[in-house]
Amino acid sequence: MAIGLHNSDFKNPVVRWIDQRMPIFTMMQKEYGTFPTPRNFNYFWNFGALAMVNLMIMIATGIFLAMHYTPHTSYAFDSVERIMRDVNFGWLIRYVHMNGASMFFIVVFIHIWRGMYYGSYKAPRELLWMLGVVIFLLMMATAFMGYVLPWGQMSFWGATVITNLFSAFPFVGEWIVSLLWGGFSVDNPTLNRFFSLHYLLPFVIVGVVFLHVVALHITGSNNPLGVEPKGPQDTLPFHPYYTAKDSFGLVIYFIVFAGFVFFAPNYLGHPDNYIPADPLVTPAHIVPEWYFLPFYAILRAVPDKLGGVLLMFGSIAVLFVLPWLDSSPVRSMRFRPIARVAFLLWTVCFFVLMYCGAKPAEEPYVTISRLATAYYFAYFLVILPLLGRLERPLPLPESIARAVLGGGGPLPAGAAAKPMEKA
Amino acid sequence: MVRNALKAFAVIGGLLAAMPTPARAAGEAIAIPRAGFSFDGIFGTYDRASAQRGFQVYKEVCSACHAMRLLSYRNLRELGLTEAQVAQIASQFTVMDGPNDEGQMFERPARPSDRFRRPFPNQQAARAANNGAYPVDLSVITKARAGGADYIHALLTGYQDPPDGVTMMEGMNYNRYFPGHQIAMAQPVYPDQVEFADGTPATLDQVARDVATFLAWAAEPELEERRAMGVKVIIFLTILGGLAYAVKRKIWADVH
Repeated sequence: MAIGLHNSDFKNPVVRWIDQRMPIFTMMQKEYGTFPTPRNFNYFWNFGALAMVNLMIMIATGIFLAMHYTPHTSYAFDSVERIMRDVNFGWLIRYVHMNGASMFFIVVFIHIWRGMYYGSYKAPRELLWMLGVVIFLLMMATAFMGYVLPWGQMSFWGATVITNLFSAFPFVGEWIVSLLWGGFSVDNPTLNRFFSLHYLLPFVIVGVVFLHVVALHITGSNNPLGVEPKGPQDTLPFHPYYTAKDSFGLVIYFIVFAGFVFFAPNYLGHPDNYIPADPLVTPAHIVPEWYFLPFYAILRAVPDKLGGVLLMFGSIAVLFVLPWLDSSPVRSMRFRPIARVAFLLWTVCFFVLMYCGAKPAEEPYVTISRLATAYYFAYFLVILPLLGRLERPLPLPESIARAVLGGGGPLPAGAAAKPMEKA
Repeated sequence: MVRNALKAFAVIGGLLAAMPTPARAAGEAIAIPRAGFSFDGIFGTYDRASAQRGFQVYKEVCSACHAMRLLSYRNLRELGLTEAQVAQIASQFTVMDGPNDEGQMFERPARPSDRFRRPFPNQQAARAANNGAYPVDLSVITKARAGGADYIHALLTGYQDPPDGVTMMEGMNYNRYFPGHQIAMAQPVYPDQVEFADGTPATLDQVARDVATFLAWAAEPELEERRAMGVKVIIFLTILGGLAYAVKRKIWADVH
């Protein structure tokens, strides 16, 4: 081997020639071929891969939509309908993009829920988790700006309500709002910059997703038991075991996705967004997209504007410090009988908030929102820190293999690392 | 493993079921009765004859005030009209074109490639002619109203005298299904106001049904193609899912 070349294991001369000079094949083999993965994943561990696929679908469809869309207040609405009517398969591309946003949030909500239930945020995966929260925030910003682009009534009024929230901040509030608007109201400059940012942010997300995956491949994945793999008997090579398992989950995800796109494309949307934006006519109820409803409910649960805004941002910000709020060394809720109940109740509160967010701000929804908001924060700030000290966890299994296979767990025949080419 | 998969996807199902749609949530308290359309359900298609009659009603009645700016005369081909019929319909309308070589705007008969002629040049003119109320564009109206085509049908058949004790505002009309019950549009069609070429009796219910069918088609002309493709996609994915699961089982057989 010549000096300076990477020592490649690949036999194919072309692959070998490239790999010696730029070992991307070796890297892929290491990170996605032989990568040791806990053998006991359940189907909740599909959702990271699903989110990745969803992101790619959004970028692909978005690029084609941008070829036909016109970011101008006078043409935006009609250009979207032109895509629906006159662009070849435009309706398909647009409905995939539109419902893809909802699918993305469904997938990511489940992904985050899984991380919280199985304690995936705990050491040594704190940074991995925090990068995930950054992705979630970027997703929310991107989705919000994307919803503004069709320039329907909910686009316009949603943008007006949400951008106005920033005016609650003292001193800098007004300045932030005019920066977002590009003027003195939501108007053409707002639409232009939102379109620009909506095209930019997904690529920022790709970057942070890359970091998320890098961090994941240092610590390795958590698993339903929350016990670190202790040796080769506890893991399986990612390929073919988890490529096969993810493929099955992916098809199921596509079926749900297709169900929305082909048979109920507007089910998750609001009819008012098919009315062109009119700054002079306020809709009876301004509601955000369904995936923002829990946070919208938290916002409205507080009678004070600044307080509501802070609490709404706080509901996400608290996730950043979750690894340090939960002081229990036990990861999986399977072995935390009290925390498990507390967390499932938190999950119920999340859905209650989602329900209340869609309702008008009147009784009994305001009181219910307040109770659910109180529990949302109490879970993070009071219950988890206390349970870390007080709760007596169930005995943990000695190892993954012992828990899964019952015995010591001999190394399975197929579990030896095999190169991707042969598989 | 199957049970785990079921559990995981039951969670998704639960999520979907629990999801309040804003449409439902923003909910008007008025229940819109289901009219029962040919395009209801997963496999429904547009009743072409009904949509053609609906277009006739739109042309003779609605289009006096309501524009459909997103539609062109050529789109009517999708309703089963021939090229000659579409050209003949278009030629009944006069549209503004230009500027010509002398820089002058001029009027000419519409062509199939022209958009539906708009009754008013702008919103102000429309309001001025309608007592301050704006007759909305009907291009995507069934997508823009909770209840869709059912709502259109209900609205057209929902006019009545105001019940005792209801004070009507100046120039408003009582409608059972309109949010707030006071609508600026007077009852637009009456029984036997239009005469259908195919001999269908023009009862109020029939006219409302035909108009709703036409407007549903106008709002979602891709609906039939979409559903047909959806059936193929879901069948394909179901088979692919079965294969993917079989592959997964086979690969995992030696580690369980």
